[in-house]
Amino acid sequence: MNEPVFSVKDLNVSYGGNLALKDVSLDIQPREITAIIGPSGCGKSTFIRCLNRMNDLVPGAQVEGQVMYHGEDIYGPQVDPVTVRRRIGMVFQRPNPFPKSIYDNVAFGPRINGFKGDLGELVERSLRRAALWDEVKNKMRKSALALSGGQQQRLCIARAIAVEPDVILMDEPASALDPIATVRIEDLMQELKQEYSIVIVTHNMQQAARVSDKTAFLYTEVDEESMSRWGILVEYGPTGGIFTKPVDKRTEDYVSGRFG
Amino acid sequence: MRAARGSGAVSGTRGSGAVSGGVLSERPSWRRLWSDRVATGVMFATVLIALLPVLLIFYYIFREGLAVTNWEFLTQAPPFSYRREGGGYVNGLIGTLMMVGMATAVSVPLGILAAVYLVEYGGRNLLASLIRFFSDVMTGVPSVFVGLFVYTAFVVPFGFGALMGAVALSIIMLPIVVRSTEEMLKLVPQEIKNASYALGAAKWQTVLRIVLPSALPGITTGVLLAVARAAGETAPLILTAFGSITITTALIGEPISALPLAIFDGARTPFAAGQARAWAGALELLAIVLVFTLLARVAASRSSISR
Amino acid sequence: MIHGVRGDEISAGGGIGGGSVRSPADPRDERPPSLSALARRRGFGRALDRLFGWTAAVSGTLVLLILAYMVLTTTNTALPVFTSEGISFVTGTEWLPSRGVYGILPFIYGTLVTSIIAVVIAVPISLGVSLYLTELAPSWIKGPIAYAVDLLAAVPSVVYGLWGVFVLLPLFLQPAAEALSSVFGFLPIFKAPATGLSYFGAGVVLAIMIIPIISALAREVFRAVPDDDRLAAYALGATRWEMIWEAVIPRSRPGLVGATMLGLGRALGETIAVALLVGSRPTISASIVQPGYSMAAVIANQFPEADATGIRALVGVGVVLFAITIVINMAARLFVWRLVAER
Repeated sequence: MNEPVFSVKDLNVSYGGNLALKDVSLDIQPREITAIIGPSGCGKSTFIRCLNRMNDLVPGAQVEGQVMYHGEDIYGPQVDPVTVRRRIGMVFQRPNPFPKSIYDNVAFGPRINGFKGDLGELVERSLRRAALWDEVKNKMRKSALALSGGQQQRLCIARAIAVEPDVILMDEPASALDPIATVRIEDLMQELKQEYSIVIVTHNMQQAARVSDKTAFLYTEVDEESMSRWGILVEYGPTGGIFTKPVDKRTEDYVSGRFG
Repeated sequence: MRAARGSGAVSGTRGSGAVSGGVLSERPSWRRLWSDRVATGVMFATVLIALLPVLLIFYYIFREGLAVTNWEFLTQAPPFSYRREGGGYVNGLIGTLMMVGMATAVSVPLGILAAVYLVEYGGRNLLASLIRFFSDVMTGVPSVFVGLFVYTAFVVPFGFGALMGAVALSIIMLPIVVRSTEEMLKLVPQEIKNASYALGAAKWQTVLRIVLPSALPGITTGVLLAVARAAGETAPLILTAFGSITITTALIGEPISALPLAIFDGARTPFAAGQARAWAGALELLAIVLVFTLLARVAASRSSISR
Repeated sequence: MIHGVRGDEISAGGGIGGGSVRSPADPRDERPPSLSALARRRGFGRALDRLFGWTAAVSGTLVLLILAYMVLTTTNTALPVFTSEGISFVTGTEWLPSRGVYGILPFIYGTLVTSIIAVVIAVPISLGVSLYLTELAPSWIKGPIAYAVDLLAAVPSVVYGLWGVFVLLPLFLQPAAEALSSVFGFLPIFKAPATGLSYFGAGVVLAIMIIPIISALAREVFRAVPDDDRLAAYALGATRWEMIWEAVIPRSRPGLVGATMLGLGRALGETIAVALLVGSRPTISASIVQPGYSMAAVIANQFPEADATGIRALVGVGVVLFAITIVINMAARLFVWRLVAER
């Protein structure tokens, strides 16, 4: 077993005093795809946003517990969220290219990080790795907004890998895409996992089953008295196990489609 | 309701829903139909009334202005007497360009930074709410009052001059730039800001490289409208630039003319030659203002982000 | 702590320096540098971030400071006149700078009367135009009409003044003023002798100037009425006018009040067009077809010839004008803001 990329311990997240995620602990292994599944509102996105401190941007968000990244707490007092995000890339639910050219989109990250090498070469390499190069190599100066949704999402992946991160977080990366584009993204993830650790949030169980090595099932716990609800980690393990012989009744109900 | 013989639509206003014969061919009462028609007629009449001054203004400005506009007008200062023909408003044009230029150079960066504060830092906090409210209030401050302020604060110690006029114009432009820029910055989607942060961009990098460029066409529109407004201002310049019939480019210590000041003088003179120059000056000023207004429209239509 | 420059910080830490290109065949076995080490190197970036935030905050605060400074300086300048004249500064009807008597009631009166005339004329026309554009007009004509009306907003006030004096005065204002006084002369407000250079003349030109302001806002307000409301009125059998009267107008009332007050605020502060058309007579006249004066106009007209005390008095006029417009504008903003908050 490798040393884990992330080691999350007793993670609690609340927004404006309302608990959103309770006592989550799990380890994420390098160069694997880890899927986070669960019903809507169970805190999947909240969880993944803790891994690169995107929750810092939400007013009123509070994170307690430890998120160790290669043995170092990313919420430690010495750590700047900006530095964290340079090491940990993220791809969002809706493709969100900048209203700039394709080239400038990919070059943005390296530029702000003071990259001094051959930028054109880096952009090409990133686009190749995102399986987009052949489609865009003749229109690098065209606006990224002119691409199709699936192409835009692969552009966002290329943009994320252009800063050569260590981990790529994907927050429902295919939920806004058509089935063909979804398949391309899934294939791409298999390629990328040779080099990167990937954490993907998905509401699509088939997708989790198809692409991931490990799966974490999050579930919404409801407190009847206060009517408040928050997410908890129910079960975490190799994907095959979660889908074929889950230990917990709630996982079984969810993966067999009895609710969700 | 009164039964009517006619068939077809209940009234022209509601399309052709009615079927001939039966209860549906009943028409609304005579009074209801007529009030509808009268109201429609009145609305149409108001449009004509509102368009009339547009036509009259542009017709007369062009007719009277073109009669005097020539190369001499565009390149010469006026003669020393309102009675004499010839000469032009180049002194006013220089003053306008200088003062509007300086005012733009100051108010645009300040206004954009203030808007960045409102959208990206302040949000709904007390300071931001105060700034927002009082910039709104400032857009309603009479421009002549701004002139009085600059007079008491700066002209009294330093004298009339281009710099004083520019200060007054920049105070007038500042709130316009702040509020229009703020509206545009608010339209930049959070998603692309998140994308920038997720790539490890710091806040200032995100603002300078993503937020402002994305909002640039809209910001440009607001800036151009503010420039057009400043170029047409007269009252504050009376108290700060004062006006002059000679050409000067001094920043301070010497009264300077501006197109609106020259036109105002011409409009008050009883002599035909002075009045004729005022018309040509009005045409020149209107052309400048309209160019900026049109450019603003073009910039607005170029915007890649919209509501 | 500030360590070097940004480029240095990255090539040392980010792993994306030109030299550290990784080939796909070479999985990363090297351990990435520690985050806190990287963060320390980002000290410079952090300082920049803070500096940028502060610069923005200072720029924003500058708006408040300028406004406060404006109020303080002008009030302070006018203070001697305020104290020597006392309450008679705003209640006195005599303005005789040569004798040091400064009563500005005629100007306050003139400002209010011209602005009210402007609003009374401009509001119905603006509402008619806006209703036509939002409810009636075929779409191909909407753009051109809206554009033409908006053009009125672009015309500088000095151009309005010039045009008003040399075109509108002989063409319409003078005959209209005379006609009003010959037909309604028995009413004090239209008492002869009538002239176009009057409250009425200035009010008409002001009306033309504020039509684009009021109609642009009214258009926004009408457009904000949900189509469901319109359909509901039609479904009850309303004619178009009944639909407008029952569904569109009631919904829009707060917004229309706000639009009117913004137009009023603009009219109150308008200087040059009024200075050229109001007739410049510092008296109070009940008849709107007789000459008068306004606060802004007296500042613009008399400033160049005023002596030191006279200038203080004119600054005092400005302070009173400022106070009136601020009250009107704040009230208008509160109306508009309440409307936005309700949505």
